[in-house]
Amino acid sequence: MIKRRKNILPGFTLSLGFSLTFISIIVFLPLAALALKSTELSFQQFIQTISHARSLSAIKLTFFTAIMAAAINMVIGMLVAWVFVRYEFPFKQWIDALIDLPFALPTAVAGLVYANLYMRNGWIGQILALAGIDISYSSTAIILVLVFTGFPFVVRAVQPVLEEIEPELEEAAAILGASRLQTFCLVLWPMLRPAVVTGFALALARGLGEYGSVIFVSSNLPGQTEVAPTLIVARIEENKYAEATALALVLLTASFFLLGAINFWERWSRRHE
Amino acid sequence: MNNGHGIRMAASLAREDPAWLKFSLITMALMIVGFLIGVPVIHVFWQALSGGIKAYLSNIFEDPANRDAIFTTLYVAPRAVFLNLLFGISSAWLVSRFKFPGRTILLTLIDMPFAISPVVVGLGLVLLYGSSGLLGPSLASVGIQVLFNSPALVLATTFVTLPFIVRELIPVMESIGPDEELAALSLGASGLQIFFRITLPSLTLGLLYGTILCTARAVGEFGAIYVVSGRIAGLGQTIPLRVEQLFQQYQTPADFALASILTVIALATLLARKIMQSLSNQRHATDQAKRIPA
Repeated sequence: MIKRRKNILPGFTLSLGFSLTFISIIVFLPLAALALKSTELSFQQFIQTISHARSLSAIKLTFFTAIMAAAINMVIGMLVAWVFVRYEFPFKQWIDALIDLPFALPTAVAGLVYANLYMRNGWIGQILALAGIDISYSSTAIILVLVFTGFPFVVRAVQPVLEEIEPELEEAAAILGASRLQTFCLVLWPMLRPAVVTGFALALARGLGEYGSVIFVSSNLPGQTEVAPTLIVARIEENKYAEATALALVLLTASFFLLGAINFWERWSRRHE
Repeated sequence: MNNGHGIRMAASLAREDPAWLKFSLITMALMIVGFLIGVPVIHVFWQALSGGIKAYLSNIFEDPANRDAIFTTLYVAPRAVFLNLLFGISSAWLVSRFKFPGRTILLTLIDMPFAISPVVVGLGLVLLYGSSGLLGPSLASVGIQVLFNSPALVLATTFVTLPFIVRELIPVMESIGPDEELAALSLGASGLQIFFRITLPSLTLGLLYGTILCTARAVGEFGAIYVVSGRIAGLGQTIPLRVEQLFQQYQTPADFALASILTVIALATLLARKIMQSLSNQRHATDQAKRIPA
C-alpha cells in the first residue's frame, strides 16, 4: 500500500529517464571505457605493468604519503574538533568556517601557495631552514599538501559526534572517580572512534587520488617523488593507455574498498551501539 | 545535603578541563589552523597585491593567455553547473519521492565521483572520446571533436562536480516529505504546478547552497581537465591550468594574481555557507516557535 501511495506523484518516468540518461553519459560511459580497456590486459600483463620499478615506487609513495597524511589528520583533526566544540575563544565561529577552506580552494592554488611558502626561500621555509629542515620537493612536502587537502574530513566527522555526547556520561565518570584522561580514553574515545575512522578513510581516499596540489610541491622524479596519479598522466601523454589503465585500476580498487569499508563500518557500529 | 551539593559540584566540573590544558590545546589548534590555512590565504593576497593594485590588475588582464583562461572558465563552469542543476533536481525528486528497483545503484553512482581520482576520470574520457577510443572515431566522422575541445572540459567538470547539488537536495526533500505535494495533487494541481509552487520554493536554500558549492568546485577543477584539455594556450586552458603554467614559467606575481581570483571565490563559498547555516537555523527556530501553542 505504502509503495503505491508513494508512486502517486507525477514525474516518475520523466525523472527516471532523464536521471538515467544523464548519469550514463557522464559517469557510466567513461567508467565502462576504463573497464573495457582493462579487459584488454591479461592478468600477467597487469602484474607486469604494476610491478615495473617505476610503477611500483609510484604506488608505494602514493600509499605511504596518503596514509601518513591521513594519520596526521586523524590526530590534529581530533584536537581541533575538541577545541572548537568544548572551548570558547574570540572569533571562534569565523575560524571554524575557515576549516572548510581545503574543500573549497582549488588544489592548484593550494599547491602554488605551499610550494611558495614552505620551500627553501619561502616565509615558512626560511624558518624551517634555521632549524635545519628542508622539505622542498620531497615526499614530506607531498604529505604536507595532503594534510591540507584532507584536513576538514576528520574535523567535520568528529565535531557533530562530540556535540551530541551527553554531559551526564562524563559527570558520571567523574563522580565515580575517573580522571579526565581516563574519562577520555574509556568513555569518550569509544564513542568517537567510528567518526575518527570514517574521517581517516575519507582523507585517505582523497589523498590517494590527489594530483593538482602534489605536482606543485614535488619534484615528480620517476622512482623517487612521483606519485601514481602523476605517473598516470605521464603514461597518457605517452599514449600508453594500457599502462595508465592498470595504474588507474589500483587507485580505483583502493578507493572503492575504502568507501565500502566505511559503509560497512558505519552500519556495523550503528547496529552495535 | 552537604554531600549532595559536593557531588553536584564535582559533576558540573566534570567537563571543565584545567586552565593550563585548555590554554595549550586552544593554542595548538589555532596554530594548526593558522599554519595550514590562515597563513596560506594571507600569503596569496600578500603576493598578489605586493606590487600595488595597478600591477595586480595588469598582471591579471594584460596577458591574453590569462584572459583566455578566464573566458574558458566562464564558458565551462556555468555549463557544468547548469547540467548538474537539472540532474540534481530530477534525481532528488526521483530518489526522495519514489521507491524503485535500482535506487541504491543510482545513489552509488551519484557518490562515485567523490571516490575517483580526477586523473582517472580524465583517463576514462580519453579512452572514450580519444582518436583510438570507443566513441571518438565515430563522433569524429560526423565532425564532432570532443577531446582536447570544450565538450571534454564540460564533461570532465560535470563528472567531478556531479554529487554536490544532488547530495544537498536529497536530505532536504526527504525531511520535507511528500505530504504537501500529495495534498496539492488531491486538490487537482498539475505536475508543473506542484513543482513550481510547492517543491521548488521549499528547496531554495538547498539549491542555492548546492549551486554555490558546485560552482566553486567547477571553477577549481584541475586533474580531470589537465588530462582532457591538451593544454594548448587559449584552447581549453582554464584558470587553474593557467596557474600551473605560470608556475612552470616562474611568473610568480602573475600567478598569485590569478590564484587570488580563485581564493576569493573559495572564501565567498565559505561565507555563503555560514550565511545559509544561520538562515536555516533561524527558519528552524521560527518553525519551532510556530509549533508552540499560544
